[in-house]
Parts: sequence; C-alpha cells; structure tokens
Amino acid sequence: MSMLSYEKKYRVRGGTLIGGDLFDFWVGPFYVGFFGVTTLFFSLLGTTLLIYGAAIGPTWVLWQISIAPPDLSYGLGFAPLKEGGLWQLVTICAIGAFVSWALREVEICRKLGIGYHVPIAFGAAIVAYVTLVVIRPVLMGAWGHGFPYGILSHLDWVSNVGYQYLHFHYNPAHMLAVTFFFTTTLALALHGGAVLSVLNPGPGKPIGTAEHINSFFRDTIGYSIGELGVHRLGLYLSIAAGLFSALCIVISGPFWTRGWPEWWNWWLELPIWS
Amino acid sequence: MKLLVWITAAILFMLTVAMLFTAGWERPPIDSEQTGFRGTGMVEVSNPRIAAPELERQLAAVPTSTAPPPPGGPTAGDIYQNVQLLGHLSVGEFNHLKQAWTDWIAPEQGCAYCHNLANMASDEVYTKVVSRRMLEMNWAVNEDWNTHVGDTGVTCYTCHRGQNVPANAWYASDPSEHTGSGMLGWTAGQNRPAEEVGLTSLPWDPFSALISDGDEPIRVVGRTVLPEGQPIGSTQDNERTFALMIHMSSALNVNCTYCHNTRNFGTWNQSPPQRVTAWFGLEMTRLLNVEYILPLSPILPDHRLGPMGTGQQVNCQTCHVGVPQPLGGLVMTENYPSLLARPDADRFSLRQEDVNIFASVQPVEQVEEDPEDEEEEDALLEF
Repeated sequence: MSMLSYEKKYRVRGGTLIGGDLFDFWVGPFYVGFFGVTTLFFSLLGTTLLIYGAAIGPTWVLWQISIAPPDLSYGLGFAPLKEGGLWQLVTICAIGAFVSWALREVEICRKLGIGYHVPIAFGAAIVAYVTLVVIRPVLMGAWGHGFPYGILSHLDWVSNVGYQYLHFHYNPAHMLAVTFFFTTTLALALHGGAVLSVLNPGPGKPIGTAEHINSFFRDTIGYSIGELGVHRLGLYLSIAAGLFSALCIVISGPFWTRGWPEWWNWWLELPIWS
Repeated sequence: MKLLVWITAAILFMLTVAMLFTAGWERPPIDSEQTGFRGTGMVEVSNPRIAAPELERQLAAVPTSTAPPPPGGPTAGDIYQNVQLLGHLSVGEFNHLKQAWTDWIAPEQGCAYCHNLANMASDEVYTKVVSRRMLEMNWAVNEDWNTHVGDTGVTCYTCHRGQNVPANAWYASDPSEHTGSGMLGWTAGQNRPAEEVGLTSLPWDPFSALISDGDEPIRVVGRTVLPEGQPIGSTQDNERTFALMIHMSSALNVNCTYCHNTRNFGTWNQSPPQRVTAWFGLEMTRLLNVEYILPLSPILPDHRLGPMGTGQQVNCQTCHVGVPQPLGGLVMTENYPSLLARPDADRFSLRQEDVNIFASVQPVEQVEEDPEDEEEEDALLEF
C-alpha cells in the first residue's frame, strides 16, 4: 500500500495513551494501537451476542430482531442472560467499543500533533448513547428503562416513551435538539453548496476563492462567518444537536413526570400578563 | 457584526440555562410501573411526591358518613308529599340520604338550596328538578355502566365535591368565536393554551363534538393501510381527538401508554385492558351529557348557561379530578345503597341502550380479528 507524502509524519511511534509500544503499529492503512484491539474485541463480542440473541429469539426477520433490556423489576441489578442479561452485556460491549474508538482517535491526534476536535465530536454522540442506556436508567432506578436493540423495536420504544409525556414536541430540550439537527443540515448544505459553486463555475471560467464565498454571504445576509468559522459553526451545531438530544431524554422521567405541554405553564404565569 | 454574534450567542445560552430553572421541575427517585413486555416502553411514570399527597388531600375533604338506619317503618312516600323517585325508602333511610346530599352538594346553603323551606314538596326551585334528574343519572351510572365504574359506583360527591356545581365541568363553545383577532381567520378553536387539554394549543373544546351531542367519531386512525373508500379523519379531526386524549390523560394523571401501545393506537389486541374501561367511560359520558344534562338546559337560570345556551356538561375530569380511580377507588355507596340501582319497578329501562352500544361495536371487533392481521401482529408481539 502506497503512502501519501504527509503520512510519514503520522506513522511514527509514540503518543499512545496506554500500552506503550505494544500495539503501536499499522495493518495496511489502519493504525492498530491498544484501543484498536479493544475496539475489535468489544465490537466482535457485542455483535456475536446480538446474533446469539437473535438465534434464541423468535425471528430472523432483520426488522423484527430485538434484544430487549430486563424487566423493571430487576432494578439496577444483573438479569438472567435470556431475560435482559444479553442486553446488559451488549450495552457494556457497545460502550467499550465506542469509547475505545474515541481513544484510538485521540492517539492518532497525538501522533499527528493536532487538536482533539474529532474525538470530542464523536464523544458527543457517545454521551447521547450513554445517557439513553446508562445515565437515565440509573436515575430512573432500573436498566429496563434503556431502549431495546432492534430496528423496529427501538422505534416502538421511542414512540411509547415519547407518549409517556403526552406530547414530546413540547419538550423544550427536544425543540432545541431538533432545531440543531435541522440547522446542522442547513449549514452543511449552505457550506457544501458554497464551496462547490466556486469550484464549479462552469466550463472555461476561472474557479473562485474563499473571498468569493465571503462576498456572497456578505451580500445575502450582511455577514460571512469565514472559512475557518464555518467549520467551528458546523462543529458547534452538530455537537449541540447530540447534547441537547441527550438532555431532552434525561429530563423526561427523572426530572419531569407529567405531560410536556404542562411545562410551559411558567410562560402563562409570567408576571407580564398573568 | 462580530459583537452582535457574541451577544446573540450569549442571550441564547442564558435562555437555555434559564429553561432549567423554571417552575415545576421534579427529581428522582421516580416511580415507574411496567405494563408491557420489557423494552417496549410500556411504562407508567409517576412522582410519588405529587400523586399520593394529591389523593390524600382529596380523601381528607370527603365528608364523614354514617351507616344507614335499619330499613322498615313507614316509607317516605307515605309520610311526605311529591316524593317521585325515593318513595320506597323508609323515612330514616330517606333523611339519611338527604343529609348526605346536603353535605355533598350544598353544605353552605343546606336544604334551602333545592327546597322552598315553607313548602318542601314544591318543585318551584329549579335545583330540585335538576337534582331529581341527577339522581336518575346516578342510578344509570351505577346500574348500567358497571363496565366503567365497576363495583365502586358513584355518588353525587364523586363529581360535586361539596360544591353546587362540580368544579370541573365545561360549556359548549360557540363555533362562531373560533376565530383569531384582526385578519386571522378560522382557528378551528385552537392555537391558544387551554387547561382542559393539558395546556396544549390543541382544540379547547373537543368535547362538544366527541362526548356530547356532536356525535362525531373519536377514532381517526384508519383500519387499512390505504383509505379504501372509508372516510378518514381530517387534520382537524385528528387534532380534536388528540385534544380529547390529552384531556383524558390529564384528568386521570396517566400517560398515553396507560391505555395505548402507541406503535398502533387503534388496535385493541395490543392495548392494555384499561383502554376498554376508558372506552366505556367515553360512551357513558356522551350518554350522560345527551340524556341527562343537556335536556336540563331550558330550566337553568341564565347564569348557569354557556355561550350556546346550554348548561355545564361533564368530562373525564369531572369525576376523576386528576386521579386514575376517582378518590382512589373509595366506595362511598356503601352507606347509601339506594344510590346503587333504580327502584325495582324502573329496572332495565335503559338496558336497551347497552345492547345498542354493544351491537354498534360488533363490526369493529370483526375487523380487528381478521386472521391475517392477527397473525402478523402476533408475530410482532413476540419480540
């Protein structure tokens, strides 16, 4: 496998967080590292457990396979393997694999001498997952509050948990999360469109520069966030989407048990008009 | 420009933080009860520090009652004049019940709320005529709607709670007022927060259409994938039904999954059994409004009439008052057995209603039990 010129800088020993030189090598283009090994271990074990769960379950229909968490009666204890214990093991494997992957990214960042922006961004997604299957269940007092691992079943869970609070669209953090998700795609579309527009001006015309993009946005909205700024914005919007998603579910139950529409009562009771 | 961006960001950040310090937030530990297969999210979530004290507060307000006097002796019909419904009771039982009515409905005004004290037999006070019809309604609920009230039964107190008119009742709204101000047109009677529908902006009067004389179907979900010629609900119909459902949830302090598996709201074979009780409750409420309450409107004084010239009607909140079982299932009829059923002579007069309702349901059940459907749904149930 050929190497790109700048990869020499990256393919150096050192910078590992754990294990010293033990797994400090590459397989083809892939850096292995201690956390590469743990990623592989957890993801293979977790996937195998999922397949085992499907094998002892009622169906091989991909949409319907579901590895469900334990009954609420098990609380925060261990459940028998076939009654939610599998879900608990898979959850451990999933967190192990996700966190390993993030730490592997950190090691690569260290080798390259760059910032930790990428692992931090990935970390926001991990936080959202951990909130769903660990933090909220612990606050609610039972692992059974986690979501089931299945294509249709997790959607059913989302539906029912949403309707536990009557109308989830009134959840303020959910509103913000949804807004951030949409804004992320809007920002990426604007940014992608802007970049492509200067690089594809049409046959025979010279390509534009970042200044063209700046001018475009100054003309349209009076302000251009700039070449570097747009990536900061993208990082912020997408991390905020993940974190507000986590917030919107962790407040549903542990910190609010009634319908979300009722939350807005504070607005009706503002001293301005009440 | 840059400053403006920072100021905007700072304001947004402060609003976000402020959101976490508004009134009403709760804290763990929270009670949760699983009502379906694990992992399906069929869970009732409740705050033990809100629900229990509220029920205790309501129970503490219940007037004390005494055991009924032994039957026998002269009947009320023999001794008093113009006793149209309770003439079969002994004078002791009759007065025992009347005392309870006073405690339940008019503890401040006493007998004079319904009676001309100079002539107790007279029907000149309208409230006396109303209360007679209300007694018939009470009998109807306890005798015909066992499917909803079970053996607990209801008394006047279930709704009245020591007040002349139950605190939780509603007036039919005037459709001509369902408009916004200025250039805003028809608002479909929605878009402003309404307490009746849990402070949502959903239609504030779903009741006229769905549980009163509007006689519109509550069900808006189709039974087939495509409409296939069946009428399907409009967006407004859907929102009206959603409003009624939010009302039910708020009135009982339960969530949607108390009665529905939300993966398919319409199907009965995946719904918790409470939905059957609730279905009978809706049928009952409609019947009570149409047969017992609305017909009284002509004799009510003006200050008891709403914008449509009708009196206040009942909904789920009227009896439930934010508790899954009114008064936590307190059996108040125990000391007032005469409220449990009509006197023998009048029995079965309304039973035909039940029969009709059952008959009207039949086709629904048949559609639900389409064998292919069931097979498919059973497979999904076996997660």
